Amino acid sequence: MQRKHLSIKTIVAIGIGAAVFVILGRFASIPTGIPNTQIETSYGFLALMSIIFGPIAGALIGLIGHALKDLIFYGSIWWSWVVVSGLVGLLIGLAWRKIDIESGIFNTKKIITFNVVQVIVQAFGWFVVAPFLDVQIYAEPANKVYLQGLIAGAANIVTVGVIGTLLLLAYAKTRTQSGSLDKDI
Amino acid sequence: MAVEMLSYIDRQSPVHRLTGGTKLLCLLFWSSAAMMTYDTRILIFLVLASVWIFAISKIKLKEIAFVLIFIMLFLLINSIAIYIFSPQEGVEIYGTSHVLFELGGRYNVTLEELFYLFNVNMKYFAVIPAAILFIVTTNPSEFAASLNRIGISYRISYSVALALRYIPDIQRDFRNIALAQQARGIDLSRKEKLAKRIKNAGSIIVPLILSSLDKIEIISNAMELRAFGKNNKRTWYRARPFQKIDYVTLTLFVIMLLITIFITFHDGNRFYNPFV
Repeated sequence: MQRKHLSIKTIVAIGIGAAVFVILGRFASIPTGIPNTQIETSYGFLALMSIIFGPIAGALIGLIGHALKDLIFYGSIWWSWVVVSGLVGLLIGLAWRKIDIESGIFNTKKIITFNVVQVIVQAFGWFVVAPFLDVQIYAEPANKVYLQGLIAGAANIVTVGVIGTLLLLAYAKTRTQSGSLDKDI
Repeated sequence: MAVEMLSYIDRQSPVHRLTGGTKLLCLLFWSSAAMMTYDTRILIFLVLASVWIFAISKIKLKEIAFVLIFIMLFLLINSIAIYIFSPQEGVEIYGTSHVLFELGGRYNVTLEELFYLFNVNMKYFAVIPAAILFIVTTNPSEFAASLNRIGISYRISYSVALALRYIPDIQRDFRNIALAQQARGIDLSRKEKLAKRIKNAGSIIVPLILSSLDKIEIISNAMELRAFGKNNKRTWYRARPFQKIDYVTLTLFVIMLLITIFITFHDGNRFYNPFV
């Protein structure tokens, strides 16, 4: 079977998306006051890219972006969390056809769809998968990693809910809606 | 806001001479070995070996000190957190309990817990020098070629190359936008309340993201004009053929990985237990 190749636009979106993810993750994280927990604006951006460019782009932006960020700024990769970033990008991306942001319509119904999807996906990723991998790979105490997952996951769900939704609204406004032109007689 | 980041350092050394593909594969073998094992003897060997490789790479310690300091801090906090949440984790793993001194109930400091924490930190120390070395001894352009070399499609390799190429550009854009917004009185620092700070962060990331989406448009048009992705294969300007030293290094690393797997799993337990 001839596999369909990634389009050039998707390839570039992955590259630039990963770079923006790195920069936002490093410079635009806001500490909440709880140790080691930050409001990661980069996940709002990841959700936006997944909705615009689809699941494959989302997964690869999460994977490459997070891995490069860890490698360049911290000198080692925390694979368990990198994998979850990719997973979150992939699963949110599955809703791209349903939301169809290119139509320029991002109404209340779509906002609800987006948020239901992101809450389910991120709860699964941060509360279940990330701590599970931490225990498997690094054999860290289960109660510690589950608490970390719970705090980080809750912060990320709120971040994507607020920033992701706002970004999608802003993006939808830049698209031209079909039938937006009137015939001038 | 000049934040230091790891980047390529040009030197003449045996490590630099290896092709990017070899180094990437070695890094993967090395980190899988360190990830799988909890055997103290192997971890000590890995740490010593990576220090030795570091020495022959002619990278100076002070060139990467900022990352090391950050990681030390992270490991310290991490160890304390493990101890607070699970002070008897070591006892559970090793099955014995040698109390060193009493702090009351489950917070008694045991030899097993200290040994377990030592192992956790060794696991990080075994990978960190290798990962840092990979970044500082591999030319970013060669990095993409090496990804392609180990079997990742050249389209995805090219995405990674694009990401590495545009990180400095986007960092500059981010700084320009942040300064412009600060000049307009939008404060991002600790002085603002949290809710306001998030709103202000939005006024920086929205222009950054919209301009990046424009960039995607421009770059993909340019690549389309040059017929990127038309053929099944692509050559890389920076790709180098494998030399004898590459094959030797790869063989050594594969042997190391196999020995690690054997020693770690032959008795059915990932942990090396000196207490019985």
